[in-house]
Amino acid sequence: MQPDWIWGLIGGLLIGTGGAIYLLVNGRIMGASGIIGALVDGSAGDSKWERLSFLAGVILLPALLLPLYGGTVDTHITGNIPVLVAAGLLVGIGTRLANGCTSGHGVCGMSRLSLRGIVATCCYILAGGVGVVIFRHLLGVI
Amino acid sequence: MSYLSPARLFFAFVAGGFFGAGLLTSGMTDTAKVQGWLDVFGNWDPTLAFVMGGAMIPMALAWLVARGLNRSALGTPLPPKPGTQIDRKLVLGSVLFGIGWGLAGLCPGPSIASLSYGGASLYVFVAAMITGMFAAPALRRRLDKPVAAE
Repeated sequence: MQPDWIWGLIGGLLIGTGGAIYLLVNGRIMGASGIIGALVDGSAGDSKWERLSFLAGVILLPALLLPLYGGTVDTHITGNIPVLVAAGLLVGIGTRLANGCTSGHGVCGMSRLSLRGIVATCCYILAGGVGVVIFRHLLGVI
Repeated sequence: MSYLSPARLFFAFVAGGFFGAGLLTSGMTDTAKVQGWLDVFGNWDPTLAFVMGGAMIPMALAWLVARGLNRSALGTPLPPKPGTQIDRKLVLGSVLFGIGWGLAGLCPGPSIASLSYGGASLYVFVAAMITGMFAAPALRRRLDKPVAAE
């Protein structure tokens, strides 16, 4: 069994390879929130099927690979419905206001030294860190 | 090149496949690893930094290659230069996103990648995320209005 950081690095290289293919072959930036969000708010237009094809790959490959990983992943996701709803709403609204998330602003933006990507990434990491301290250590809700 | 060209749809699927496979392999669909990375006062988990660093290697190379190209391999336009405007939508949106990310340990990519094994809790999160994405344009228009009235 390899340590987690090696799997993290291998997984990261795969993620970056996906982004490189989407950029160099399709000419597009691989940002998950933008790909999903434009389908949701109807701004996708003609690129609808390209986005849906991308998302089909995102869903299908983990499903196909799962048997190689022991058939199951413990996602440790909370069962607290109010927390899930609040978190989902914040992620959905926030990423669409900021026009990007961990993949678009983080992986794709920072790797081209985009100022907006770097500022966004600093903001969401800081907010996430402060959030975990407040909600876990002070309030004990997560 | 048409948006419906088979090559375009196929390579979008391939790119998505790498993305999903990478999210599974890296452990980023495990909310405990994400929260463990954000939780600097708890039992800190460095994995996410390796994922982010690893992902930026091929991506930075791709941006370097793209610099010398006029079009993508399929002949579509490449993305324009990144904007430089730091506005309140960017900062406020990223802060809201960060709080939600910390609360559940999920961001948009992993939430979709784990749809086949995430269970009922994940569906609740994704439904709320989609609702938020649906509501965002109205909020964006409000934030676009100037702060001071005339």
